[in-house]
Amino acid sequence: MNKVYDNKAWWLILPMLVLVAFSAIIPLMTVVNYSVQDVFDANTRFFTGTEWFAQMLNDPTLQAALLRQFAFSMTVLAIEVPLGIGIALIMPKKGWQASVVLILVTLPLLIPWNVVGSIWQIFTRGDIGLMGWGLRELGYGYNITRSTVDAWGTIILMDVWHWTPLIALLCYSGLRSIPEAYYQAARIDRASKWSVFRYIQLPKLTNVLVIGVLLRFMHSFMIYAEPFVLTGGGPGSSTTFLSQSLTTMAIGQQDLGPSAAFSLIYFLIILLVSWVFYTAIMNMQKEKQEEGI
Amino acid sequence: MAEITLKTLAHSYLKNPTSPEDYAIREMDHVWEQGGAYALLGPSGCGKSTLLNIISGLLQPSSGEVLFDGELVNDLPPEQRNIAQVFQFPVIYDTMTVFDNLAFPLRNVGIDEAKIREKVREVADVLELTPQLKRKAKNLTADEKQKVSMGRGLVREDVSAILFDEPLTVIDPQLKWKLRRKLKEIHRRFNITMVYVTHDQLEASTFADKIAVMYEGQVVQFGTPRQLFEQPAHTFVGYFIGSPGMNFVDVRVRDGKLLSGKHVVPVDQRVCSIIANTHSDNIKLGIRPDFIEVHDTPVDGGMEVDVVGAQDLGTYSVLSLRFGDVLLKARIDEEQSTPKGKAFIRFPQERIGMYVDEYRVEINHE
Repeated sequence: MNKVYDNKAWWLILPMLVLVAFSAIIPLMTVVNYSVQDVFDANTRFFTGTEWFAQMLNDPTLQAALLRQFAFSMTVLAIEVPLGIGIALIMPKKGWQASVVLILVTLPLLIPWNVVGSIWQIFTRGDIGLMGWGLRELGYGYNITRSTVDAWGTIILMDVWHWTPLIALLCYSGLRSIPEAYYQAARIDRASKWSVFRYIQLPKLTNVLVIGVLLRFMHSFMIYAEPFVLTGGGPGSSTTFLSQSLTTMAIGQQDLGPSAAFSLIYFLIILLVSWVFYTAIMNMQKEKQEEGI
Repeated sequence: MAEITLKTLAHSYLKNPTSPEDYAIREMDHVWEQGGAYALLGPSGCGKSTLLNIISGLLQPSSGEVLFDGELVNDLPPEQRNIAQVFQFPVIYDTMTVFDNLAFPLRNVGIDEAKIREKVREVADVLELTPQLKRKAKNLTADEKQKVSMGRGLVREDVSAILFDEPLTVIDPQLKWKLRRKLKEIHRRFNITMVYVTHDQLEASTFADKIAVMYEGQVVQFGTPRQLFEQPAHTFVGYFIGSPGMNFVDVRVRDGKLLSGKHVVPVDQRVCSIIANTHSDNIKLGIRPDFIEVHDTPVDGGMEVDVVGAQDLGTYSVLSLRFGDVLLKARIDEEQSTPKGKAFIRFPQERIGMYVDEYRVEINHE
């Protein structure tokens, strides 16, 4: 191919470049700017290099928060994905029942984050909350402000309640797109219910599940408002997740340099894990193809 | 292996069907004999697929009986009917290899692996799928996928019939021909009853020994391709089979003569007497364009017509002829010159069909 020198067509990417600059590069670079300096006031600042980064990475509180964050995200993924698929499978396919169930399933998705936190805060109160009161009446000393197990259990339950519908809806639409002939052929081939799921439904759900898993991972890894409203990060710091630690540092303590460094690390972790998820799932498919040939 | 009998079968997709139009299948009796290669031919929406799904058990008929070898199977689900069905679009199990796809129906009933391997090899060989056996079914071309779909029907030894629901829709014309021959070959080799649904008369006549033509939820004729062409039992069969379709002319009998409009159509006295005995007003004379004799000059027993058009189709031409109020099509060979302006046509007596209320009445030409 002939290489064109002085190709003016390059100017055509300028509008896109401007757009990306405003949407991503400029805001992000502000954070980068703070992360490598110690700023005292408008005129006084010192260059610190990687000092903030090293400090953040070695901070035991943040390390603990990071581990908690991973534990939380993996737990909710492990519950919500299978549960969502299961719900999608038993949802009615047509008629008025389908519409009613669809609306009921969608409802939790429409509630704002801190409202969800408030709802569950009231729901789990020992004196007036149905769940808190009920559990105590049944003889279980339920208390999310004292027991780490109770607090964790409640937050996971809340997240499952709030977000499983997303997976269920994605899978429901995926299932609806499978042509009837597949089910008919499976009946003719005398496939069991499990085989139909394993060889027809699950393979056809791969694409929506990639989207579902990525969305749920990113969402849950950034969770803030719900646990903040429900437990305030307690008891102790047992439910303090990454974004809450960050907010405390940036807004509460005004430690702009460390917060900026921390933000960047946070962002890179999400990017990295999402990339790993994505390539892992895509590679799974690719390997299968190569095996075949 | 089975003979499939349909007894007073009818089906409607509505809960409370009232008029005949509400039925996808109108009450019918039919027998598909063991080992036959049959085509079910008809336009879209005539009930072909419905009938197929009733035979395979995917659909419960509103009334009537389905019998396999005299045994009632109405209440058996498709899993227990020993029927294979190939659908219009290939159905394959994406994540499995071709081998696993073909083995799937056998594994589902717990046949041992050695036997499965042998059977799959045999079928793959017939379908020329052997080189693809280890590949993922997902990466095959459309025709290979459709062959896999067919193969899943063929591996089963217990299969009593294979139903094909327009299986070659997604296939290139050239491959279509090849696959159709493959099907015929398989039919000869395995001696399985095959019912092949299509709306393509060419496909039907190259595949089947006998064709059932369906129209508005009924089988209007069941016969060999030749019978369908030469003696259509219903005006629809006349229109649908052959290209161009059969000519139909409204006629009546007055004073012992057959009249079309003001024209007298010369026919045997026998024809007139049969027609005179019916009480219907709906009487038609049918003749294939292939059988109309066209002359440039007046002939004995000929009728004068206006030539309004001619279409050259290579080895033959199709003439449009105005006869009274109707436009007739006539097919002439390329050697014959195309008449201009006026022409004279004659209907050979043995080629004429008489239709009362759209159905053919037999006339004994002796």
